[in-house]
Amino acid sequence: MPFSEIFLVVGSLLVIFMILSLIRAVLGPTIPDRVVALDTINTLVVASMVALGAGYKEVIYIDVAIVYAILSFIATLYIAKYLEGGI
Amino acid sequence: MLTFIITAVAVFALYLLLTAGSAIPGSTVFLWSREEILAGIILSIVAGLIGRNVLFREKNYRMLNPKRWFLFIVYLVGPFFFAMAKANFDVAYRVLTGKINPGIVKISPKLSTDLGITLLADSITLTPGTLSVDVNEETNDLYVHWINVKKPVKIENVCGSFPEWARRIAE
Amino acid sequence: MIELILRYILYIFLGIGLFFNCLGSIGLLRFPDVYTRLHAATKCTTFGSIFIALAVIIYGLGCWYRGESAYATLALHTIAALAALLITNPTGAHAIARAAHRSGIMPKQAVMDELKEDKIE
Repeated sequence: MPFSEIFLVVGSLLVIFMILSLIRAVLGPTIPDRVVALDTINTLVVASMVALGAGYKEVIYIDVAIVYAILSFIATLYIAKYLEGGI
Repeated sequence: MLTFIITAVAVFALYLLLTAGSAIPGSTVFLWSREEILAGIILSIVAGLIGRNVLFREKNYRMLNPKRWFLFIVYLVGPFFFAMAKANFDVAYRVLTGKINPGIVKISPKLSTDLGITLLADSITLTPGTLSVDVNEETNDLYVHWINVKKPVKIENVCGSFPEWARRIAE
Repeated sequence: MIELILRYILYIFLGIGLFFNCLGSIGLLRFPDVYTRLHAATKCTTFGSIFIALAVIIYGLGCWYRGESAYATLALHTIAALAALLITNPTGAHAIARAAHRSGIMPKQAVMDELKEDKIE
């Protein structure tokens, strides 16, 4: 097995953790619980994109990961502002 | 004017970092192709014009001192990384056993600048058993959610020597 | 020889990263209220992602050293992604915690809450 395939295995395992977090997003009794689950999924998506970029030898995956990290941060801030009653 | 130049140079450095290795045979400047450099200069001038009031809102240039950046990197790889590793084993213990004793406590780190309080709050969030919840913007007091409250509340127990580091780096 | 050592370091880093990411997801499911869930989610996933990114950086630098120059850009871009993650993650957690407290969700099993006391005054 070529070494770069280990990164593909890591990426697939991260998807399983995303599904675990998704259970909390579905169950979550309050809205902030769901937002926390969403935030966790975003971080895991960034990590798995970095791993897949190394696995497929494509730099573009990592560029997308940078932009995804920043945009998901902005989305979290907006939801937080909305929950505070700022918008 | 000075803020515009600093912002444009910082944006240009980031652009160069992200396009390194784009050299095409025939039109190349070290690692970059000539077209990339030209596009980077134009874009960084535009970004500098738009964002010139963001980085230096208080007209305070103390973060340009390289000694502060050196201290920041020492802080990141030294005490911060160690505390973060400890925090993760702490959380692992609490996830597996479920022993918690939470509460929200108030600490006054006596920092005065926005950057210092931001650095301290982010450090607190990533280090053992603590999560910053709110800040009093007049007195700069932090409200910290602490997963294992020990009374009486002392600032050393909550965040160790981090206020000292934040003061040295950002003030 | 060096290649073998690097390979084992990579396995260890990826293992640590996966373990802590898994722990973050389990903590999210197990803890009782939003603040303790934030503890698990933020700390563990940030730490795990740092280690996965470090493994990719080491892999890129190792391949670059062996003579494949495209991997140097992989390592550089991963450093940028790591910096973005390290800045945005705790700030987002702080925003969610503040929003939760202001929208009236109090910590469960709490022994003290000085923020609530100060707000009433």
